[in-house]
Amino acid sequence: MAYNLKQEMNKRERFYPGHRLCAGCGAGIVCRAMMRAVDPEDRAVICNATGCLEVSSFQYPYTAWEDSYIHTAFENASATASGVEAALNVMKRRGRLPKDEEVKILAIGGDGGTYDIGFQSLSGAFERGHDFTYFCYDNNAYMNTGTQRSSATPRFASATTTPAGAESVGKKQEQKDLTQIMVAHGSSYVAQTTLFGTMKDFHEKAHRAIYTKGPTFVNVLTPCPRGWQYPEEDLVEICKAAIDTCVWPVYEVVEGEYRLTYEPKKKLPVEEFMRRQGRFSHCFKPGNEWTIAKAQEYVDKKWEELLAKCR
Amino acid sequence: MSIRERMSGNEAVATALRQIDPDVFAMFPITPSTEIPQYFAQYVADGRVETEFICVESEHSSLSACIGAEAAGCRAVTATSSAGLSFMNEVLYVAASLRLPVVLAVSCRALTGPININHDYSDSMAERDSGFIQLYAENNQEVYDNLLMAHRIAEHSSVRLPLMICQDGFITSHAIENIELEEDEEVKKFVGEYHPENYLLKKENPLAVGPYGISAYYMEARVAQAEAMKRAKQVILEVAEDFRKTFGREYGFFECYRMEDADVALVIMGSSAGTAKVAADALREEGIRAGVVKIRAFRPFPGPELCEVLKNCKAAAVMDKSEGFSACGGPLFAETSGALINAESRPKLIDVVYGLGGRDFTVESASEVFKRLCGIAKGAEIGPVYSHLGVRSL
Repeated sequence: MAYNLKQEMNKRERFYPGHRLCAGCGAGIVCRAMMRAVDPEDRAVICNATGCLEVSSFQYPYTAWEDSYIHTAFENASATASGVEAALNVMKRRGRLPKDEEVKILAIGGDGGTYDIGFQSLSGAFERGHDFTYFCYDNNAYMNTGTQRSSATPRFASATTTPAGAESVGKKQEQKDLTQIMVAHGSSYVAQTTLFGTMKDFHEKAHRAIYTKGPTFVNVLTPCPRGWQYPEEDLVEICKAAIDTCVWPVYEVVEGEYRLTYEPKKKLPVEEFMRRQGRFSHCFKPGNEWTIAKAQEYVDKKWEELLAKCR
Repeated sequence: MSIRERMSGNEAVATALRQIDPDVFAMFPITPSTEIPQYFAQYVADGRVETEFICVESEHSSLSACIGAEAAGCRAVTATSSAGLSFMNEVLYVAASLRLPVVLAVSCRALTGPININHDYSDSMAERDSGFIQLYAENNQEVYDNLLMAHRIAEHSSVRLPLMICQDGFITSHAIENIELEEDEEVKKFVGEYHPENYLLKKENPLAVGPYGISAYYMEARVAQAEAMKRAKQVILEVAEDFRKTFGREYGFFECYRMEDADVALVIMGSSAGTAKVAADALREEGIRAGVVKIRAFRPFPGPELCEVLKNCKAAAVMDKSEGFSACGGPLFAETSGALINAESRPKLIDVVYGLGGRDFTVESASEVFKRLCGIAKGAEIGPVYSHLGVRSL
């Protein structure tokens, strides 16, 4: 089924406005698009890790979610989802739900709840093979607590626990490549995307992930205006820069087969991504030019590795 | 008809779970509770239960999965001990505050350090404020019976709280003793089916669970939970009464042993109560009016009822099998002395911490405490209110 923007936008909303996410935050866009990827006739249960999204979308007595939703803690969205999936299986087996009832189990967390504190439960749930889709809205740091570094924070980004200073050029380590780690779990569908263009790339991946049996994973680079320090209206431009510089390549891995879903016609230098964000501003100061060269070197290396896998 | 059998406390728990046939069992191994899911795994392998049995990667996840399953509309159970229970700490509070009646079997074991696999209550006592109902057992029979009553209490519409059934690691979890089991069908009938009012998978009405609650709402939620714990007292007694009528064995908040005319008493929990009863019997032969109160329900704590039982007693020792590091007594002592504080007639009260990490508690040890109480009852100096039994000099 070809992607039709008008048709998608005319679908009933399943993530409502009125939530308290910041202006210019990508997480709300992720949720709307994630819920559009569930076929209108199917139900969903969303299992959300603690984070910005949770405190902003379900503040008692209001919820932004049309479908059933559960938040329990920071590190256990995948374990909670495992329990919901077990419940769905046994209720069908025991005749308390019709066998053909489609209920899609979606887990969603930020990079803190996914790459770091939630990684054990994520890995466990993927190894066990529960039928659910995990969406990571990766905004590159612990944003809910005020931009502390995570393992998803890119090297040289200034975070509140890795601030730039006289003796510091920001975070010292490269970003953990979680998408590759999820591929290594043997999942039938793993994808990386971000928020650009008509959301076609996101939609097709989310839909495929949700409608593939077993545990599937979608990693979404999701800008945060507070932590990345950019004007709110620049969100889509930043995402576009992320894919055109190959800082965040968009690709999918279907049953172990890699496929690039977007290849920039002209690969832009990494500073096109970095210069738009205050978190990298120190990299552009005299004497710190080497950081940009180093960042470029790393992006080039990762991009070549990915291309090799896609060919 | 009851079935006479012999088995360990862990097998008794597993047997009750087989008979209950819960919807979901999420497990992670830890000594000494590991046998419970092991027995159960065999029931699954042999097709004797319909349960969805999930082997998760940690205790935090086993309880999280139970929470997900309960919220989704299912009866979910798990088992653990010691560090496993501590690792669940965060989500114990979540289960209780979400008002999800998860049933958790705990084979109680000391907490590290030093690392120790033997029995005391440092694990379950550390979770006394988690919002779980806690029922304790003296032997395999009691842990089996407590489990048959657990779902009825936890799932009751006026309660809706998670519940842990606690037994003594190794001492009862592994010791093989005689037991009366009930017929599978009778158990199923007694426990009944679970039909929650609202749940995630309910088609007609989606549900949102686990909100952010600002200060304008948080306190009301906590008070509602506290009220449910108060109501659990009545339900524990009602279910016990139905249990007595159905199976003939009697339970209450605590068991009173020779307390009618007791001058001195031990307030104690678990298997040690058996030892204390033997000591009391021997002292009665010597003309000492000794009695034992064995606490079954620690949460909710039966404060007023305990005052009533102790009101004519002259001196009592609270026996704490965990060290609370409060510098003024263990957790059972804190609860008991708190309950007695406004009682017009009450015994002199001391706290004796004993048996940590599986240190033996013998009839002689119990008699020693009783004899100290006799002195206090006769007007001797009370001495240290808080002391440790059977410790080598440091």
